Amino acid sequence: MIEAASEDLKARPSEEVMIEIKDMHKWFGEFHVLRGIDLTVHKKERIVVCGPSGSGKSTLIRCINRLEEHQRGRIIVDGLELTNDIKKIEKIRAEVGMVFQHFNLFPHLTIVENLTLGPIWVRKVPKAEAEETAMYYLEKVHIAEQAQKYPGQLSGGQQQRVAIARSLCMNPKVMLFDEPTSALDPEMIKEVLDVMIELAHEGMTMIVVTHEMGFAKSVAHRVLFMDFGQIVEGNTPVDFFENPQHERTKLFLSQILH
Amino acid sequence: MQAYVQDKPAPELKPPIAQVGVIGWVRNNLFNGWFNSTLTILTLLLLWKVVPPFFEWAFLDSVWTTTHEGCKEATGACWSIIYRNFRFIIFGFYPYEQHWRPLLAMLILIGLLFYSRDRTHWNKYLGYGWILGLAFMGVLMRGGILGLEHVESTQWGGLPLTLLLSVFGLTAAYPLGVILALGRQSKLPGLKVLCVLYIELIRGVPLISLLFMSSIIFPLFLPEGLTFNKILRAQVAIILFTGAYIAEVVRGGLQGMSRGQYEAAESMGLNYYLTMRLVILPQALKIVIPPTVSILISAFKDTSLVVIIALWDLLKTTQSVLSNPEWMGFSREAYIFIAIFYFLGCFSMSNYSRKLERELSEGER
Ligand SMILES: Nc1ncnc2c1ncn2[C@@H]1O[C@H](COP(=O)(O)OP(=O)(O)OP(=O)(O)O)[C@@H](O)[C@H]1O
Ligand SMILES: [Mg+2]
Repeated sequence: MIEAASEDLKARPSEEVMIEIKDMHKWFGEFHVLRGIDLTVHKKERIVVCGPSGSGKSTLIRCINRLEEHQRGRIIVDGLELTNDIKKIEKIRAEVGMVFQHFNLFPHLTIVENLTLGPIWVRKVPKAEAEETAMYYLEKVHIAEQAQKYPGQLSGGQQQRVAIARSLCMNPKVMLFDEPTSALDPEMIKEVLDVMIELAHEGMTMIVVTHEMGFAKSVAHRVLFMDFGQIVEGNTPVDFFENPQHERTKLFLSQILH
Repeated sequence: MQAYVQDKPAPELKPPIAQVGVIGWVRNNLFNGWFNSTLTILTLLLLWKVVPPFFEWAFLDSVWTTTHEGCKEATGACWSIIYRNFRFIIFGFYPYEQHWRPLLAMLILIGLLFYSRDRTHWNKYLGYGWILGLAFMGVLMRGGILGLEHVESTQWGGLPLTLLLSVFGLTAAYPLGVILALGRQSKLPGLKVLCVLYIELIRGVPLISLLFMSSIIFPLFLPEGLTFNKILRAQVAIILFTGAYIAEVVRGGLQGMSRGQYEAAESMGLNYYLTMRLVILPQALKIVIPPTVSILISAFKDTSLVVIIALWDLLKTTQSVLSNPEWMGFSREAYIFIAIFYFLGCFSMSNYSRKLERELSEGER
């Protein structure tokens, strides 16, 4: 099925800009984590971010929905600039889905309740309609039969798929993934990656921090390599893996590819 | 190395006889080793010495409905002290012919409490029910309208007063405590400092001194002629005091929440209020049910401290019966009665909290 549909993975992203980051800096106290990030993400574009631990990958994508605050430069998401205006931040957050390494499902709510919480309280969707949408997305991540269970009763891979469905229920314009498979046992990684690939087929704009290079090769339009708080290199997957330019990229790739 | 392959599956056997049944249980739990065996025997001896005489005193030789003369002759307990003075113990100085009013008020209160036990009944109509019920109880107790004779609050006493102070005290202290805990976690420094100051100051003084302050010092600062009801002042002192303790317990629960829960809620676009209400508090408050209930239980018992500012709660009315020459010397019976009342109150609270905990953790890890 993935073979057959992989044609549309080749489709170019649109010209419209989804996220624009200009000369963005961030400090944690004295520590300069992000040192002048410039990045434009187009609609329907899929970007994979990789780099060594501590290079600032998580911090970068967490700045996009203001889980971290940047101190210099600009971040514009779908035409709205991130400032201290809390109403605007909430509006942007509603449009930007986020999937975490540790799933972060709400353990006191059932799976359906996890999925309907955002739509009901943020989007003001009627409960019945929200539940219908929730079941639709649970169906999509192949987990509809677990709808009435609690997160604690599901395996890691199932929880992560629920987390993806939870974000999708908000009908986001962009999805951010922060190492979505790195807390999972090997046999569960594939089921989560498959869901993400299906999402790619549907033209979702995605920024994915991951070390799954197979995923990067088959899905990404662009692969970015980060080191010491900077984007060191960015290229199409083919060129990135076969013909890396920067010394640090070469070193990094030689370390992770075997 | 020799390969191992199982040739036949192990059959299912019954457990060894000494480990099951009554004998197994007794042996495993009461007589395992000489130390536990000695303890068991000593405990049995102690129970043998204490329980039968108490039973004889409390039931076999006791009198229940006699006058005080009958009590003097009886060798057992004189429960008549409760029976003969029941209405004074329960209602205090409330006018005798009007006792049905506090009685009805208490029945409504207990009915509401009982109905609210079931979590499936918690909705906005129950909220309206409580508001209506409380207003109606107030009217019943105070009177002055609907042809009801006006009864000064200085005449309120006994059980209605104890229930009033504890039910209001606990239900108001809980939300106050939650708000204070949230304030203490706040990013706004002014609010945070205020909450910390409040909590630490209140926790630094005993309830008795707060009660004294509310009844003696506080009125000195009021303008001439303006007075506050004494019960209300004691009530406020109890609420303020208990709230500070609840706040610290709730803060503990909030600190137990992982950052991921906040982030997941916020990244969906939920605002601070909704994040707290829908995601953080339901989990944090559940974690701290046991310590919260401890605080509520001790607050319930602490309401009896209002005797020191001359409010006639249940404990005080019972004590005052003892100062009547006719009933002097039967303090054991009177205090056992009070103890049973408080025990029932506390026990049902802790029982209920366990039920709630069980229901709330259904299906969760
Ligand atoms: N809240 C924080 N306060 C202080 N320092 C932080 C904080 N969060 C992250 N850092 C530091 O910032 C740097 C970048 O962190 P970040 O989590 O973005 O790295 P990463 O590229 O995602 O690494 P990993 O692959 O380990 O997830 C690290 O050195 C980290 O120690
Ligand atoms: Mg990271």
